[in-house]
Amino acid sequence: MSDLRTIKITVLRYRPEEEDEPTEQTYEVEFRDDWVVLDALNHIKDHIDGTLSFRWSCRMGVCGSCGMMVNGEPKLTCAAMLRDYYPNEVRVEPLVNFPIVRDLVTDMTDFMDKLKAVKPWIIREEEKPVSEGEYLQTPDQLKDYKQFSQCINCMLCYAACPVYGLEHDFVGPAAIALGHRYNLDSRDEGNQQRQHIIASKEGIWECTYVGECSVVCPKHVDPAEAIQQTKVATTTNRLKSLVMPWGNKK
Amino acid sequence: MNYKEHKSEPFWWGMFSQGGVIAALLIPIHIFLCGLAVPLGLIDPELLSYERITALLQNPLVKVYLCVLLIFPLYHAAHRIRFTLAEIGLHSLAKVLPVLCYGGALLGTAVVLYILWVLF
Ligand code: SF4
Ligand code: FES
Repeated sequence: MSDLRTIKITVLRYRPEEEDEPTEQTYEVEFRDDWVVLDALNHIKDHIDGTLSFRWSCRMGVCGSCGMMVNGEPKLTCAAMLRDYYPNEVRVEPLVNFPIVRDLVTDMTDFMDKLKAVKPWIIREEEKPVSEGEYLQTPDQLKDYKQFSQCINCMLCYAACPVYGLEHDFVGPAAIALGHRYNLDSRDEGNQQRQHIIASKEGIWECTYVGECSVVCPKHVDPAEAIQQTKVATTTNRLKSLVMPWGNKK
Repeated sequence: MNYKEHKSEPFWWGMFSQGGVIAALLIPIHIFLCGLAVPLGLIDPELLSYERITALLQNPLVKVYLCVLLIFPLYHAAHRIRFTLAEIGLHSLAKVLPVLCYGGALLGTAVVLYILWVLF
């Protein structure tokens, strides 16, 4: 085909049973104009070197599993067009700030634990019986949290966040944004149950509003804004409870 | 991981954020008046003379205004300095930094109050 071009792809390799330190390996890949970085990786795996490991699933920016550092920036590799990098080389590395399991695969345990800790599900003080029907919501109530519900857990924001890089206890952008999403949901009553983690030292107060999370987020979740909104709300509530200690805490 | 709601942080952050607003909105006006307008001859230096300003200071509203102008930005600075120092590598001092930084701001607050209410 006439539209084939060749691009150099350097990939970080780490095979713990063979080497103590990560190394790198460069492949030359012929690519078509509509190829993304993930296509190149799959091409390498299928035709050049079957030992290369990486995660992916949907190929369409939905599953959030293909996040990697592309030329130093956290990207969904299924959305990073090769032609945008050509004729320069492309460097693919695992997401920074996470331990490497193998090649481009990182260990997401820390993120998973934090995600679970913010209780990202609808909490009711009392469930109403099914016979009473659904919990209804107006379009306006949906709009309050919709943006924050678009997260695909790709962890690009954690790779971009310098605070998480320094302070691994930081609950981090996506988990706080997701907690905020449920706090804003008119059907949810779990605010108090999330407060101790979201408003902890490791939660919103660790954030210094660098904003890189929102820059790299492929879903425009704007986690920095979620954190900022939560800081304002927590501060106002705290002030209210000091001025009017008898007031309803919620 | 055992998480605990941080009870004092909203206070410091609230002061930081108010201080930021005041520093951004009001301080430039004063920099302009004292630092540019007078030297450039845009306003008569007599208007800002020592006698006039000390006379103005007798008005309690002026004192309150100066308190707001001078005190809040101290907490803004304290908070910024605290996090900047922690992030440039003084992480081991994470427990001492708030005491030093906010302590400095509290000291500054006392100095401002002393100057405005005791000296004038
Ligand atoms: S907030 Fe955005 S960048 Fe972070 S995990 Fe969710 S989708 Fe990815
Ligand atoms: S493969 Fe699913 S988001 Fe990229």
